[in-house]
Amino acid sequence: MLELTTYGVVLGSIIALGAIGLSMVYGIVRFANFAHGEFMTAGAYIALFMVTGVSSWIGIPDNTFASLSFGWRMVFAFPFSMACVAGIAILFDRILYRKLRAKKSGPVMFAMSSLGASFIIRMVLLIIWGADYRFYRPGLMRPALQLPWGIKIRPDQILILCVVLFLVVALHLFLQNTKMGKAMRATADNAELALITGIDTERIIIWTWGIGGALAAAGGILYGIDVQIHGEMGWNFLIPLFAAAILGSIGNIYGALIGGLTIGIAQQLSTAFMLPTYKLAVAFVIMIVILFIRPQGIFGKE
Amino acid sequence: MEIGGIIAYLVSFAIMAGIYAVFCLGLNIQWGYTGLFNIGIAGFFCIGAYASAMITTPKPTGIYAQYVHQIFGLNLPFIVGIVGAAIICGVIAFLIGIPTLKLGEDYLAIATLGIAEAIRLVFNNEHWLANGPRGLMGLPQPLQGLVDAKDYNYIYLIIIVIIMVVIYLSIERVIRSPWGRVLRGIREDEVSAAMSGKDIFHFKMQSLVFGSMVMGIGGALYAHYTKSISPDVFTPLYGTFIIWVMLMAGGSGNNKGAVLGAYAIWAVWIGTKFMTDFLPYTLKARAPYIRFLLIGILLEIILIYRPQGLLGEEKKVSKLID
Repeated sequence: MLELTTYGVVLGSIIALGAIGLSMVYGIVRFANFAHGEFMTAGAYIALFMVTGVSSWIGIPDNTFASLSFGWRMVFAFPFSMACVAGIAILFDRILYRKLRAKKSGPVMFAMSSLGASFIIRMVLLIIWGADYRFYRPGLMRPALQLPWGIKIRPDQILILCVVLFLVVALHLFLQNTKMGKAMRATADNAELALITGIDTERIIIWTWGIGGALAAAGGILYGIDVQIHGEMGWNFLIPLFAAAILGSIGNIYGALIGGLTIGIAQQLSTAFMLPTYKLAVAFVIMIVILFIRPQGIFGKE
Repeated sequence: MEIGGIIAYLVSFAIMAGIYAVFCLGLNIQWGYTGLFNIGIAGFFCIGAYASAMITTPKPTGIYAQYVHQIFGLNLPFIVGIVGAAIICGVIAFLIGIPTLKLGEDYLAIATLGIAEAIRLVFNNEHWLANGPRGLMGLPQPLQGLVDAKDYNYIYLIIIVIIMVVIYLSIERVIRSPWGRVLRGIREDEVSAAMSGKDIFHFKMQSLVFGSMVMGIGGALYAHYTKSISPDVFTPLYGTFIIWVMLMAGGSGNNKGAVLGAYAIWAVWIGTKFMTDFLPYTLKARAPYIRFLLIGILLEIILIYRPQGLLGEEKKVSKLID
């Protein structure tokens, strides 16, 4: 049980990276972005392309760090992929959502457009890479470390937790201390008031997409390192992401972090007595229960 | 291809597009007239198909029962299957509506998406329910013995057209009634509808249930056409996304548009299959992805440049006023 909880924290921290971005977009751009899972998939595949393709062309050595399953190539690919997906997210906003904003379309039109965007991204990835399961480094998994209380954990998983912690702290400092971060929080709080005080909402929206896309890409890569890469992975993350964002109150990034961890732990614990394929259904049931008892989430106002 | 083959092909085209038209009509009640954002059509598609399949087939017995598991088999006629599919879908829609219809429109979308995925997971993993991923085969077809098996599609096309027309006329009838006007009032402005003393939740619920029942009928029609069903058919792509593109293309809020959109987009979908036949061999395996990519791009173009679709909404409220 303790071991499953540990794996749940790993999965949950990955879900949290996606859910934070989803929640920010929901809070600031104000619609449910159904393409957020696909940002994760895109991040994973772009990193795969960098690790297996570009790295060898430009001559980055194919090493591994100590007992981790990756090396300099991933260090190079990780931020590059985050930047790429941030760019993709901004690009979709420029091509699609900005036009809908200009036409004053209702929030459902945005959501539908993002549903279309999710299929477009997924199909492009499937056309390029096909539907096979992929790994950053084929071969045997590294042996797990033995922790006290009989918990086995792979070094990769410890690193995943460190990366997530780093990204969340960095985001926290950005939102609390920079001018842009404060403006973003103000917009999430009250968009009209923010506009009146001279905050450029279009710039805020670009930053939101960029941060959301980059975090989602990081989540996708980390999942690829921990498990595997597949074209459907982002779609399967979508319900857990929404469940986490709703649980932690829409627009609240700390809530999304806690929501993500809760959903991840619940999903892993469920595998003790259910088929692992039902993980997605577990997230869905939790979401329905929250909608019944506290639709505004744990941090929401009455 | 000789002329008979072309006609047979057109008949099968008209049947599939007709089945999709039924789904579009159901979605049109929910989205076109009430503004409900249901993106779990695949779930109702799946439930409708399985419900009718299990109502119309006998429960496997003897050695057959070792290979095919299904929770029940009633061996009742086709029409009972259709009605049963509609009722079961209505009940499921009711259950989804309870927690979500009081919240914002996005919540219904997320919840319906989730239920569709959950339904597919359950049918895939619970072998006792309906034979797991292998699904059910050998479903009966109505009026089967009437004509030669190779000409059967003509009969089925007539059945589909009759059911489609009945659904079309009944939606047209109720949508022009005071009830339908309330739905459109809710879609346009929920607050003023509520201020006029209308119980928003109940009207939304009725619309959700009614539309989902029509979708259940669509699922049943599909099951008896293909004669075999398995969970992998009811994916978000084939079961939900393409139906949305059809309704948006035809014109939401217009039943003629819903039917037209189904035929037009199904023609585009079939047409892209001919196009991808010219692809080089290495890309052939990826052809379905390319076709769906085109459909996705088509949806985005519609949403930005022609959100009202081909026909747009009919503004006529009653035949008594212009």
